[in-house]
Amino acid sequence: MSQDETGISQLDLTELEETTLDHWLNTYRQMIKIRLFEEKTNELYTSAKMPGLAHLYIGEEAVAVGVCEALRQDDYITSTHRGHGHCLAKGAKLDKMFSELLGKVDGYCRGKGGSMHIADQDTGNLGANGIVGGSAGIATGAALSIKMRASDQVAVCFFGDGALGQGLFYESMNMAQLWNLPVIYVCENNLYGEYTPTEKSTSGNRLARAEAFGMDNVEISGQDVRLVYQTVKRLVERARAGEGPAFLLCHTYRFRGHHVGDIDRPYRSREEEEKWQTENDPLKILSDWLVSDKMVEPDLFSQIEEEVRAEVEVAVTFALDASFPDEMEVDAHVYA
Amino acid sequence: MSTHENGREITFGEAIKEALMEEMHRDSHVFIIGEDVAAAGTVFKVLTGLLDEFGPERVIDSPISEAGITGIGVGAAVTGMRPVVDIMFGDFTTLAMDQMVNQAAKTHYMSGGKLRVPMVIRTTMGAGRRSAAQHSQSLHAWYSHVPGLKVAIPSTPYDAKGLMKTAIREDNPVVIVEDKMMYSLKGIVPSEEYTIPLGVADVKRVGEDITLVATSQMVHLALEASQKLAALGISAEVVDPRTTFPLDKQALVNSVKKTSRAIVIDQGYQRYGVTGEIASVIADGAFYYLDAPVKRIGAMDVPIPFSPILEDLTIPSVPDIVEMAKTLCGRY
Ligand SMILES: Cc1ncc(C[n+]2csc(CCOP(=O)(O)OP(=O)(O)O)c2C)c(N)n1
Ligand SMILES: [Mg+2]
Repeated sequence: MSQDETGISQLDLTELEETTLDHWLNTYRQMIKIRLFEEKTNELYTSAKMPGLAHLYIGEEAVAVGVCEALRQDDYITSTHRGHGHCLAKGAKLDKMFSELLGKVDGYCRGKGGSMHIADQDTGNLGANGIVGGSAGIATGAALSIKMRASDQVAVCFFGDGALGQGLFYESMNMAQLWNLPVIYVCENNLYGEYTPTEKSTSGNRLARAEAFGMDNVEISGQDVRLVYQTVKRLVERARAGEGPAFLLCHTYRFRGHHVGDIDRPYRSREEEEKWQTENDPLKILSDWLVSDKMVEPDLFSQIEEEVRAEVEVAVTFALDASFPDEMEVDAHVYA
Repeated sequence: MSTHENGREITFGEAIKEALMEEMHRDSHVFIIGEDVAAAGTVFKVLTGLLDEFGPERVIDSPISEAGITGIGVGAAVTGMRPVVDIMFGDFTTLAMDQMVNQAAKTHYMSGGKLRVPMVIRTTMGAGRRSAAQHSQSLHAWYSHVPGLKVAIPSTPYDAKGLMKTAIREDNPVVIVEDKMMYSLKGIVPSEEYTIPLGVADVKRVGEDITLVATSQMVHLALEASQKLAALGISAEVVDPRTTFPLDKQALVNSVKKTSRAIVIDQGYQRYGVTGEIASVIADGAFYYLDAPVKRIGAMDVPIPFSPILEDLTIPSVPDIVEMAKTLCGRY
């Protein structure tokens, strides 16, 4: 892989020659699934059908999907408050996702976790997290466990740029490098933590943080799913082969507010938003390439979109019809 | 009352080590991680020999990263291991609070019962070591406050070993708080395998006139006070809850129904603490049997001072217990 003059790694299409068209179409399907799921989630919020809030992942789909497409089902991820995309990309089902968001017993966590705490061990998802940076230790511990069990799994820790302010993160990276653990730290730099631009909260060079631990590190655009996939595939292969952890910095952008209720967004300009949405939409970047280089008919994308939209409708109907947990559940599962 | 004449006399520290040794031999998923646990065998020398037995893969010296190792414990536990995370001083669990309170304790519930966190956090408590305000606190009330955690505070080598073995086999996060002043305390421990269930109190001394509910090292103060009270014709019963959660409310209430008087003694800060909780359990469950208000003796509500003359004032003492018992029993 090559780098541009700023050190950001660039796409190398020759490395991706063996990746099939089916793979890319599935990648597209996964990304649009996240987008439509999130749009529906926003609708559930604005129509007062969803309790609480949700942090939408729209605009960042290529990161979750590019990473998770490079993982096996039994590989682990830990996620964040902005976690729907990670969960879906790792294989979560739409109906159980919506059910959880609505606090229904058919949700992934019987309605007891909600938007910020979706966990699903069947797809290796060790849980989203309401504590910024809170899962850095958990992902690293999963990696330690992988090593101790002599398994060849890999753990991925997703976190936002805001988590770079948390000490736990550096404690965890230090131990991962010290003990050569199969964990990949994926930083989703979407330029803001809540309403504060990242340059007002984070000093110095982000990659240098990993560099200081002697950790393999890469900086890429998180909007090109091909590049994310290509990069993570390599990092996963390394980790599986016992060659240790890595730090991946992905530049991305959340197209929507910090959460569904953040509609004014006075902390950033409409021009900036529009620039990202028109020039850096991960779905468009992939579909444009598939049309120009892989001779895919543009109609196919609208067809996929309609199929997924129908799945989303079925899933949300299921969730709306599902039952709330029995009141007896309130003190169940406090202890195993 | 657990009598165990048959066995060997070993120290509290040795009992802890035996429990870990046995469980690590029994289950290859058990490992211990912490600062200076391996080569040094902990700063209290409690785990000396464990490294030779199990090697550095299972007895792991960590960086000075309390939050990090606690988080690592959670991650390892949800993926099939049974970590024992060693936090040298209870005072340092404050650095791991997010991982204990928001992660370990809540993961099972938040996942709707899917993920399990079978981990032990072993840490220390207890003043009197002239270690000043940041190395002397007893913070077990904090952990006991949090749904999802279980908390054991053993008072004897026998209890320490049995509770530690149970904690390691538990599918929930358990905090074991060891009073660092008791590591060289000796007691009889059976040679045969045994475990002690969490949530079962132990009557350490049978008596008729007053119940002294005491935890951890305070049990020994209560026993000493009982001797002095016996000389005055007051028969004290000493009940050790052994775990602050689950709490054996029935045993506490039953004892007070018999004696009609109670003092609760614990080394945590008195305010908003273990003594308050237990006193309310007794007041609630034995109200019609009480001849006097339930009294409490906790650590004085001040940062623990260094100067010995001051530090000793902050810790519950035998004379404190004797005087209060005399008052409650109408002997002035
Ligand atoms: C420990 C902690 N502090 C503060 C918050 C409140 N909070 C929620 S999201 C957020 C911003 C996180 O920013 P970043 O990590 O960049 O993620 P993003 O929302 O941009 O995806 C903050 C401060 C929190 N959830 N946890
Ligand atoms: Mg951010």
